[in-house]
Amino acid sequence: MNSNNTPSSSAGGPGSAAADSTAPPTTRNSKRPKYSRFTQQELPACKPILTPKWVISAFMLVTVIFIPIGVASLFASHDVVEIIDRYETDCIPEDSRKDKIAYIQSSGDKTCNRILNVTKHMKHPIYVYYQLDNYYQNHRRYVKSRSDQQLRDRDSENDTSACKPEDKTANGSTIVPCGLIAWSLFNDSYSFSRNNQNLSVNKHGISWKSDRDHKFGKDVFPKNFQSGGLIGGKHLNESIPLSEQEDLIVWMRTAALPTFRKLYGKIEVDLVAGDVINVTLQNNYNTYSFNGKKKLVLSTTSWLGGKNDFLGIAYLTVGGLCFFLAMVFTIIYLVKPRRLGDPSYLSWNRNPGGH
Amino acid sequence: MKRCVYINDDDLSHDIYCDNRISNRKYTVWNFLPKNLWEQFSRFMNQYFLLIACLQLWSLITPVNPASTWGPLILIFAVSATKEAWDDYNRYLSDKKANEKEVWAVRHGVKKHIQAQDIHVGNIVWLRENDEVPCDLVLIGTSDPQGLCYVETAALDGETDLKTRVIPSACMGIDFDLLHKVKGLIECPEPDKDIRRFDANLRLFPPFLDNDVCPITIKNTLLQSCYLRNTEWACGVAVYTGNETKLGMTRGVPEPKLTAVDAMIDKLTGAIFVFQLVVVMVLGVAGNIWKDTEARKLWYVEYPTKGPWYELLVIPLRFELLCSIMIPISIKVSLDLVKGLYAKFIDWDNKMVDQETSTPAHAANTAISEDLGQVEYILTDKTGTLTENQMIFKRCCISGTFYGNEIGDALKDEDLVNAVATRSPDVIHFLTVMAICNTVVPIQRQNGTILYKAQSQDEEALVHAAAGLHMVFVKKNGNVLDINFNASVIQYEVLDTLEFTSDRKRMSVVVKDCQSGKLFLLSKGADEAILPCASTGQQTRTFSEAVEQYSQLGLRTLCLAWRELEEDEYQEWSLMFKEANSALVDRDWRIAEVCQRLEHHLQILGVAAIEDRLQDGVPETIETLRKAGINFWMLTGDKQNTAIQIALSCNFVSPEPKGQLLLINGKTGDEVRQSLERVLLTMRITSSEPKDVAFVIDGWALEIALKHHHKAFMELALLSKTAICCRVTPSQKAQLVELLKSCEYRTLAIGDGGNDVRMIQQAHIGVGISGREGLQAARAADYSIGKFRFLKRLILVHGRYSYNRTAFLSQYSFYKSLLICFIQIFFSLISGVSGTSLFNSVSLMAYNVFYTSVPVLVNVLDKDLSERTVMQHPQILFYCQAGRLLNPSTFAGWFGRSLFHAIVVFVICIHSYAFEKSEMEELSMVVLSGCIWLQAFVVALETNSFTILQHLAIWGNLVAFYVINWIVSALPSSGMYTIMFRLCRQPSYWITMFLIVVAGMGPVLALKYFRYTYRPSKINILRQAERLGGPILSLGNIEPQSRAFEKEVSPLSISQPKSRSPVYEPLLSDSPNAIRRSFGPGAPFDFFQSQSRLSSSYARNCKDN
Repeated sequence: MNSNNTPSSSAGGPGSAAADSTAPPTTRNSKRPKYSRFTQQELPACKPILTPKWVISAFMLVTVIFIPIGVASLFASHDVVEIIDRYETDCIPEDSRKDKIAYIQSSGDKTCNRILNVTKHMKHPIYVYYQLDNYYQNHRRYVKSRSDQQLRDRDSENDTSACKPEDKTANGSTIVPCGLIAWSLFNDSYSFSRNNQNLSVNKHGISWKSDRDHKFGKDVFPKNFQSGGLIGGKHLNESIPLSEQEDLIVWMRTAALPTFRKLYGKIEVDLVAGDVINVTLQNNYNTYSFNGKKKLVLSTTSWLGGKNDFLGIAYLTVGGLCFFLAMVFTIIYLVKPRRLGDPSYLSWNRNPGGH
Repeated sequence: MKRCVYINDDDLSHDIYCDNRISNRKYTVWNFLPKNLWEQFSRFMNQYFLLIACLQLWSLITPVNPASTWGPLILIFAVSATKEAWDDYNRYLSDKKANEKEVWAVRHGVKKHIQAQDIHVGNIVWLRENDEVPCDLVLIGTSDPQGLCYVETAALDGETDLKTRVIPSACMGIDFDLLHKVKGLIECPEPDKDIRRFDANLRLFPPFLDNDVCPITIKNTLLQSCYLRNTEWACGVAVYTGNETKLGMTRGVPEPKLTAVDAMIDKLTGAIFVFQLVVVMVLGVAGNIWKDTEARKLWYVEYPTKGPWYELLVIPLRFELLCSIMIPISIKVSLDLVKGLYAKFIDWDNKMVDQETSTPAHAANTAISEDLGQVEYILTDKTGTLTENQMIFKRCCISGTFYGNEIGDALKDEDLVNAVATRSPDVIHFLTVMAICNTVVPIQRQNGTILYKAQSQDEEALVHAAAGLHMVFVKKNGNVLDINFNASVIQYEVLDTLEFTSDRKRMSVVVKDCQSGKLFLLSKGADEAILPCASTGQQTRTFSEAVEQYSQLGLRTLCLAWRELEEDEYQEWSLMFKEANSALVDRDWRIAEVCQRLEHHLQILGVAAIEDRLQDGVPETIETLRKAGINFWMLTGDKQNTAIQIALSCNFVSPEPKGQLLLINGKTGDEVRQSLERVLLTMRITSSEPKDVAFVIDGWALEIALKHHHKAFMELALLSKTAICCRVTPSQKAQLVELLKSCEYRTLAIGDGGNDVRMIQQAHIGVGISGREGLQAARAADYSIGKFRFLKRLILVHGRYSYNRTAFLSQYSFYKSLLICFIQIFFSLISGVSGTSLFNSVSLMAYNVFYTSVPVLVNVLDKDLSERTVMQHPQILFYCQAGRLLNPSTFAGWFGRSLFHAIVVFVICIHSYAFEKSEMEELSMVVLSGCIWLQAFVVALETNSFTILQHLAIWGNLVAFYVINWIVSALPSSGMYTIMFRLCRQPSYWITMFLIVVAGMGPVLALKYFRYTYRPSKINILRQAERLGGPILSLGNIEPQSRAFEKEVSPLSISQPKSRSPVYEPLLSDSPNAIRRSFGPGAPFDFFQSQSRLSSSYARNCKDN
């Protein structure tokens, strides 16, 4: 019924003026903004405030969560068995130690034997890493010196503009893979034996599958690599496509920190406590000119990754601090309670001179 | 320099002045691009970004893709250029409309219809009733036989009454048909902006009359944008055209306004820039040293032994680019966006819609909403701004009987209605004077109602009131007036009109009752002009008391009087009057003198009180805003007394004994100086007292004070929180604004008329009231509102929220940029100081433009306190005024926070992602997600009110971050292919994120909680109270009520001061101690005092900062 009345009353002319002025004149004027909770800034809102109860329980909650996680992380880290062998100095014959650089740059045989003692049972797979210290794979000149197009696609072979100075050989033919990163490929090699029995190292699947499938082409073969006057690192077999050159693929995943480990291979058998492992390594890679360290690392893994106490300790510390804060706040709250929102704290409700 | 105007001369050689084309445009089609680009590039920030963008083109040094800077830069430029172009186009359209208006003008001796823009200097222009004057004209003819015409000058000076203009004596009596043939020469000054002065000479060429030079004054001119009223036609000679008219010269180019917040942001940007330079220098030098000592040993980097000449520059420049994100490019865009939204919120606000006219508030300038929250001084116009500009007859006192005192409306007072019905002679006479002692013209409308056209609104009010009491002024037939009284028609013939002048302050008419043939002199005028003319025997005491009482109520008073004239007396006088009227020398003076001879021995009939009604809510608004620490100055063209009355009635100044008014007056420099010094002395004495001291100054004294005693007046301006300046011109208004601006106060000017335009443009914020005086002010203003009372909401709600939001937004923008930049710097320390970017281009761009902008943009919905709380505690505005939320020290807090968070994120990430996990792309994503997580929690912690949109933006953004990165990680061609999937599968990633959040936010939360609870700011307290519903709300509720009650009674309970004028004498004559004694220690007003103290101390703080 109402809907029938409305049009007639709005057409009522001067008579409806009084009604108009009392009712909001929505019908009269379209200039009037439309009402919505958004435009009126009246959206329902929740306004949390920092009450002592809330804050103290938040800190307590963090404590309760953090301590167990910290303990679990520490246990995980301690479960990891790690054997580290630093060899860069020991693998240089005593008489050559005065001039390590000359030794490493000489072309003689640099074989070196190392003995590793297994102190704890190590379950397979055991990861074999090489660790470099003070090696700046993240240096700007270095990190940019690569051509992803060239690595992926045979047709983009000449896409080497970023690779300088290792883009072309002296006679102008393109280097594949080009750039400083590939050129400086790590070239120490390790072979392991236990009780004079060869321990095989599986070097398949050490790189990321995504890299093998999509970043490094199956039809891209090394070309003119390490053929210049200056030899950087490892040579590549020119008959194997880049997608199967896993050492290169691993190396090309540049490390963000100057200390890093890169996967060399996996040992697929358990090592028992007391085992003595003989390592025969070829010490070829020059870290001597910049005092870099080289380490061989054998490590198991846990759900958190390798051996790293940092997370566990950090969790325990933060958890402890939160507990401390919660306690402090509780004590302050109990000793010196303060009513929230007390209008007497408003200086304009106080006597003059309070400010 | 003189300008010679040859009237009606079609010889083009004389046409050396500009035509009447009005142009407010800034650009033309051709110069738009270069001029606009030049303007944009004159801003430091834009230059900076352009430099960075250019440097990025150099691939040797750029850490990221140049598109990441060029894209946003071009977008920013395009947006602001488009906006400018649109504004200019609108100006062009409005100019075009004015320029193409058709007017009648004489061309080659023929009257023609031409466009307004084609009027040249010297042309004769014809105007008809209600036409707008297209350019400045010297009148040469009107339809009135006496050469008079009426103009409405509201657009020019804001005065709404009709002004009389008269043709120069030389043109008197020229025949209508000959007018367009007139030739002559007008010598006038070069164009200036003084609308009260025009000193020129006119000489008509033969055959027209004499060769004598005839002086021309402003009385003989019609100025541009005035309207011709009550005159059938008029014609005049164009003397100033186009932008050279008085109005055109007055119209200054509005400068772009920069808010205090913007200035602060610019300052902080500058500081960050310096910091950035330092960082770049240090890292650059360190990088070069490291390169020479260490990097040359790194054979795998293959540094050439000898580099190019610019080798030393490469590393510093790389760091410059790396650190360029310290100054967030997004801040400009974000700020423009949110400012646009603030303006929209004002436009949309239903609570600021004027119900009567349905005009919503409008923010024309979208860039300065924050300034609203920082206003310290409000300069307000009176008529039409504080008042309705609608005069209504309210009370009267007829022969000692007060009508309308009880119910506040004499028309409804039964006593008066009865008196009219019983034809009480005094009342009848009173009504007769009301109805016919005026120059009102009644116009019969078709529906039978009568429209009154009056020169002054007072007269209109009186005639309306008389009509309401059955004394209806029906018709004016030449000199015969028809009055319809209780169905019988009485006719009067007007014999003479003794006009109102501001010196005489009264006007009279001599009328003859057509029935009885008796002659009467009817007078009305100000009490001081009428009461001394009372007949000797009459007691005027009751009348002066009535006047006094009405003044206290803020009503305008008029005394009405009459006298019966003897025939002889009149005849004798009439001759003298005619003679005086035709006098050539000192005509005004002689007329006045002659009038005085008739206006004596008047029988005072009574006092009429007219109300220029205050707008609704004006006193409350002023009181609230004053509580908020805003000082008010009233600048009005009106009379001193009226101004003071209005000031009293709208809480502008308190009545005695709380308030005190100090007058500054004087006609000469010395007088003004003395007066000024006296007032200053009083001010200094009373400044320590909780007294509401205001000074009153009129335009003349102000002129002298500003010119000769600038310093003293400055001091006065600093000391005084309230001032009333009356009789000031538009340019003086602007000067006062300028004065306050030079004291580094944030000023807001509010007005409604064309006379306020300059002040509005001059002030930091101009607010126009879209009222009766047209829309000039509203158009020129940054904000237009329908009623004065909306100012409260505009400032306290919109201004305050805008300030708070911008303060957060801008600091947060710097925080997030600094965060990412610090991480880049830390990373460069472990990457051989070579300037490697940890993040890839896409992430960096998305971080600034997307991930961190969206959640913070939703912050425009944040409300720290509810609107109601703010209205109840306007004092909280101090925080905004003093810039407590955005200043170097708060910024230092954010700076510290970003440094802390950068350390937390970086240290945790490089330790948990060490050794075999330290892969570049992975670490980069871990660090980036660490930053994003922290951002989300920082925004959440700083948000005061969560609406659904905020939750969506904050947490949705976090989700969006992962979704986007998953998508990017799914593209085999992207550098970070599979990275995000790998990370999300690692428990260590999530554990790291959790650790970052808690380690980053824990201390922040603890600190905030401690401050919030044990060192709370006023805002915190109010928030807590609001949330917990403590006693504060009830306290707030009671308070305004009690205040309102007090206010209501105050006008009646004023102890009667001795002098009739409500202006109290400067206190200096008394001993200051006496006043102090009169003010008890337990005065209920310490509330106000404490706040004013607070305000000043806050202001100091602000200045110190």
